[in-house]
Amino acid sequence: MSEVVMQIDGKEVKAGDGTTVLQAARSAGIRIPTLCHHDKLEPFGACRMCMVEVEVRGRKNYVVSCLYPVAKDLLVRTRSERVDKIRRVILEELLAHAPNSPELVALAAEYGADRDRFDKDPSFCILCGLCVRYCAEVKGKNAVDFIERGARREISFIPEIAAKECWECQECFALCPTSYAQAAYFLTEALAFPGRRKKASAPSA
Amino acid sequence: MNRLQSAAELENFRAGILAARDPAKPCFAVCAGAACDGLDSARVASAFEAEVAKLGPGAGVEVRVTGCHGYCEKGPNVVGPHDICYFEVKPEDAPEIVARTVDGEVVERLVYAHPDTGEKAVHMADVPFYKHQTRLLIGDNTRIDPMRIDDYLAVGGYAALAKALFQMTPDQVLDEVKQANLRGRGGGGFPAGQKWETAKNAPGEEKYVIVNAHEGEPGAFMDRALFTGNPHKVLEGLIIGAWAIGSHRGFIYTRHDAPQLIKHIETALAQAEGYGLLGENILGSGFDFRVEVHFDVGIFVSGESSALMRSIEGNPPEPRPKYIRTSVAGIWDKPSNLNNVETWANVPQIISRGADWYKSIGTEGSKGTKLVSLSGNVVNSGVVEVPMGTPLRKIVYDIGGGIPGGKAAKAVHFGGPMGGSIPASLIDAPLDFDELAKLGAPIGAGGLLVMDEDTDMVDVARYFLEFLTNESCGKCVPCREGMRQTLKVLTNITKGKGRSGDIARLEDLSDVTGAACLCALGRTASDPLKSMLRYFRDEYETRIAGGSAVR
Repeated sequence: MSEVVMQIDGKEVKAGDGTTVLQAARSAGIRIPTLCHHDKLEPFGACRMCMVEVEVRGRKNYVVSCLYPVAKDLLVRTRSERVDKIRRVILEELLAHAPNSPELVALAAEYGADRDRFDKDPSFCILCGLCVRYCAEVKGKNAVDFIERGARREISFIPEIAAKECWECQECFALCPTSYAQAAYFLTEALAFPGRRKKASAPSA
Repeated sequence: MNRLQSAAELENFRAGILAARDPAKPCFAVCAGAACDGLDSARVASAFEAEVAKLGPGAGVEVRVTGCHGYCEKGPNVVGPHDICYFEVKPEDAPEIVARTVDGEVVERLVYAHPDTGEKAVHMADVPFYKHQTRLLIGDNTRIDPMRIDDYLAVGGYAALAKALFQMTPDQVLDEVKQANLRGRGGGGFPAGQKWETAKNAPGEEKYVIVNAHEGEPGAFMDRALFTGNPHKVLEGLIIGAWAIGSHRGFIYTRHDAPQLIKHIETALAQAEGYGLLGENILGSGFDFRVEVHFDVGIFVSGESSALMRSIEGNPPEPRPKYIRTSVAGIWDKPSNLNNVETWANVPQIISRGADWYKSIGTEGSKGTKLVSLSGNVVNSGVVEVPMGTPLRKIVYDIGGGIPGGKAAKAVHFGGPMGGSIPASLIDAPLDFDELAKLGAPIGAGGLLVMDEDTDMVDVARYFLEFLTNESCGKCVPCREGMRQTLKVLTNITKGKGRSGDIARLEDLSDVTGAACLCALGRTASDPLKSMLRYFRDEYETRIAGGSAVR
């Protein structure tokens, strides 16, 4: 694999052709915040927290670093007034749903985001899709998926699959930035296939 | 019939169609476009057919059920011999119209009368709604039954395809489109020739061409009028484009809920294939090209190019970031050239009449004519076609007949929920991609909404956002959440619950939504609001400060 040389925050960085700006930055020890990114999963480009400023032939552009391919002589700025503003407003929008998520609260402190800026709508889920994609891409089970669209989008466990697969796995719970995945699973269990817990924890004869 | 095997066979066949038609015999074109259809024009057509049947076959009088004529406000529309226009025709008018026409007379009571002066206009060329237009694309609609390919051949159809296949190389076709500076009519105004060239030069043998017929925003109905009324014009443009790009597989992506359009497209494809104008060895040229029709799942964002391509692949219509253009990596990561209905429809005339002719119409940066769906607080709603560069005033007043009820215009809005509003004081601005984009009301697909002095500009922004909130896919945060919060703020203001800081909240939200969203839907979702805060900021401030639901 050939390498390209580019600049991130004034630092010369070498990166393998075909990798992303986020990978290049992280390998050089430069931190870019993400909420929907996971090394084991395909880049999703949904949370937009990893947005950075790139400059190609004098033209400035704002792109998500988890998907933007590295290129020779690319200039990347991971912090600027505008980048910070984008991250701050995105955090304020997400804090309306999950005001106490430790990950969001920590980032809010860093970017000066006000968790009371917008009307609260405590759905807890921020729809990062980590559970959905982990279940599909790593486990190959598709026990949880997105339903509905636009502002009505939510995640939902599919009872027929969840009843068979989830009890032994539960791996997505730890990925969730708000603990909503766990709550959604147990709600599905309580509604669609109650009694599972009792059976599983019953002492053997 | 046998498939046509050469350009000469096509011309012979066309001559046969024309010879069998007697131009002296009257024909009634009854509009079955969406608006007239809604006014039960099917019964009008039946009444005409019954009346003509009484005359017997020897009379040679014909009835043609056609696509949209354009003047939706005055439907059902009937156009008789010599382009005599009858408006608001009822089934019971048919006997009188047929009888008087046979005698060479005009039914005065059903022709256009000016609402103020009462002055009558009999022929299409004299009716104010039509006479200020240049109807290069939609004008054939009155002469074509969309279910009959022979009607399209009778007006010169597929001659451009024959010219492209037998007199031009693919490179020459591409060059002609580039020279013509045809810009995409779907929203962005991106040069079509440049896009074609990217797809043509992209690596890989397998390439696709696509018609985006997913017209879905409120106030846009021109593509449906054109495609339903004249499907072969679009198809001919697509085949020519495929020849230029080197594609053998095309897709038409449209709405599942437009039954008349679907019927016409499917009939057109079958007839073109039957005639040897589509499929294997087109007109004996050795060029193969097939077209499939795909349908949406009822969500607006599936008209966004990358979402549309995901949908054709069989995946949910979620946009994907286009750091690599779809013309290089689109459907199944193959080079895929997508243009909208109106863009493809422009191609045949560019090939037949040449780039120099095409460039003589329009402005420096925007060539040709543009279809506009005119609606809102305007006397004449309908589908309008004018040269680029036409002042908006001419569209709204001369063609549209001005504002009803003697009211003043307050604003004109272009581009639907992803467009913008400009105040009536800027109504002399030209219809031009770049000029209107600079003013904050980009043409978009061409929906022009006129708003009178009573319009509540906060509610207009709220209405458009409510639409998009339901039509976004919901994948990326700034689109889903930005719109949700913006809608909340605007709804509060309309209810008299505006708070201090609302303007700053709206500006932050629209700024970040515009900069950070994944696809064009999100990035332009805040454009109406931005234009409102640019031109109607006072109204917003007053509403918030007044704290009253009543203006």
